[in-house]
Amino acid sequence: MSLLEKELEKKVEQDYILEAKNIKKYFPIKGGVFKREVGQVKAVDDVSLSILRGETLGVVGESGSGKSTLGRVILRLLDPTEGQIFFENEEISKMSNRQLRPYRRDMQIVFQDPFASLNPKMNVQELIEEPLLVQTDMSKSARKEKAISLLEKVGLRPDSRLKYPHEFSGGQRQRISIARALALNPKFVICDEPVSALDVSIQAQVLNLMADLQDEFNLTYLFIAHDLSVVKHISDRVAVMYLGRIAEIAPKKNIYETPLHPYTEALLSAVPSTDITAKREKIILKGDLPSPSNPPSGCAFRTRCPKAHERCSLERPELINVSEGHFVACHLYDN
Amino acid sequence: MELNPQTNTGPGIDIKNAEKGMSPTKIAMKRFMKNKLAVASVFILLLIVVVVILAPFLTEHNPTKTNLTLIERPPSEDHLLGNDSSGRDNFARLIYGGRISLIVGFSAMVFTLVIGVVLGSISGYYGGKIDSIIMRACDLVLMLPFLVLCLTIVAILEEVNVTILVSIIALTSWPSLTRIIRGTFLTLREQEFILGAKAIGVSDLRIIFKHFIPNAIGPILVNATLMMATYIIAESALSFIGFGIPQPTPTWGNMLSEAQSLRILRNSPEAWIPPGLAILITVLCINFVGDGLRDAFDPKSNRR
Repeated sequence: MSLLEKELEKKVEQDYILEAKNIKKYFPIKGGVFKREVGQVKAVDDVSLSILRGETLGVVGESGSGKSTLGRVILRLLDPTEGQIFFENEEISKMSNRQLRPYRRDMQIVFQDPFASLNPKMNVQELIEEPLLVQTDMSKSARKEKAISLLEKVGLRPDSRLKYPHEFSGGQRQRISIARALALNPKFVICDEPVSALDVSIQAQVLNLMADLQDEFNLTYLFIAHDLSVVKHISDRVAVMYLGRIAEIAPKKNIYETPLHPYTEALLSAVPSTDITAKREKIILKGDLPSPSNPPSGCAFRTRCPKAHERCSLERPELINVSEGHFVACHLYDN
Repeated sequence: MELNPQTNTGPGIDIKNAEKGMSPTKIAMKRFMKNKLAVASVFILLLIVVVVILAPFLTEHNPTKTNLTLIERPPSEDHLLGNDSSGRDNFARLIYGGRISLIVGFSAMVFTLVIGVVLGSISGYYGGKIDSIIMRACDLVLMLPFLVLCLTIVAILEEVNVTILVSIIALTSWPSLTRIIRGTFLTLREQEFILGAKAIGVSDLRIIFKHFIPNAIGPILVNATLMMATYIIAESALSFIGFGIPQPTPTWGNMLSEAQSLRILRNSPEAWIPPGLAILITVLCINFVGDGLRDAFDPKSNRR
């Protein structure tokens, strides 16, 4: 109990830049002649999380676990079915698009696919200037100067600013995306698998760039990825998602050294190791991710869990606090 | 502001000179220029346009002036293509008639384009109820056979001029372009750069004009071009059966209606072959240009 109290106390003094409470995003499945709603895809199903100013929260999960949807809901690019989102203690979950506009300066997103996230008909300068054009009243020459300085920041040559996205490589395009996201000096950036479409050698460069920029601009990241190795590099805390729910959320050290949830264990065992002498048991999960339109009863992971028992199919596990900052949603740990 | 341009832009950076890139549209135009058939068609069309614009300088005859002494005269030095059944000069009618035919085709295309872009954008961008309404309206108009609808409207209005004809054509054929633009928008809507623009706080209008339409320009341009060809044919068809622009105003279509008489069809080919050829060549060239544009904007589609 004292732990929980401590946690609560901490919460009061801690400076959360973003808090999401009980976020649900259900997509309707329409069918039949009259497009009636015949079901729902529960992409995000009751997720709560909060992000401290200046930290990086990694979100990990396989494809279809709802991590990208969560990111888009937090930015209000998708409207949540239920739940509240607070950005710097202002509730943004119910605002109209017009009301949201000033908040868009402070929150940005970098997308996964560098070939789809830049308008192919705009040149680099136009792309980077666009946020300045719509959100500020900077003069044309000031915008141009800013664009040039941003290009330098992300390690691109300013004299290629009149080129078009198709003339750049994937890594360079991702740098353009980052420059565009940073143009308005945001406080919070969602990185939606920014490196998973890139070559491994380029991944490290872009990750290092993002880490440097975080220090320089005092950014807060929500870093979405589908494998733990990328997140390990950049995160302070890590949340593991499974089928629209958070399975485990903990400081990075706990996740990598003392994972509690069987799913986290399985994910960790899949990370390739450079240490060939290390003895590791590979946990291979049976089957596929169940359909989010028809999730298993109780714990969503029980169909693939090696440690599942009877209770798992009956009750949905809640996130419980097992040690400082370490929460896990598994019946193995609540007694 | 942490990002201070002054501190970051050193003296070594050349601000003025930057390598110019090739925009996708420029690349498409370059590809178009390599298509010999399409480029030749553009030149032929330009020639036709120049001829109809310069009509008063190419003939001194008035295309609407009847002359009873010259009825159905064969070609002569003064009247290169002879005279029609009211004694009007066929050559003058051919080049003046081109004006009307091209104006009808072009303005109907522009009109359809405006309707199509507006409704297609709204439908594809907002989706939901408004989309359903617009699409049902499309179905309704598509359901009606074009020619019968035109005949009915013309019959009700009794008198037809260019504006009315253009409106009729546009109001009966906007659905196909609207659907194409909506479809293009729907595929673009899922692209991440549209989400990215929303994340920046770009207004709906700017998203439509800066992000959707430039990326849909290929299909829009191609379909508008091909549509113009069908509109020229539609005008000709309506005029041929006497429901288009009424006499004495010349159009290629109502010049052809002369050939409804078997006597003229047999004895004076010079009266109906030139307008027929003019329609054929114009429509063919427009179609070649349209195909060329399609291949240029979507290079994957051209190797069948």
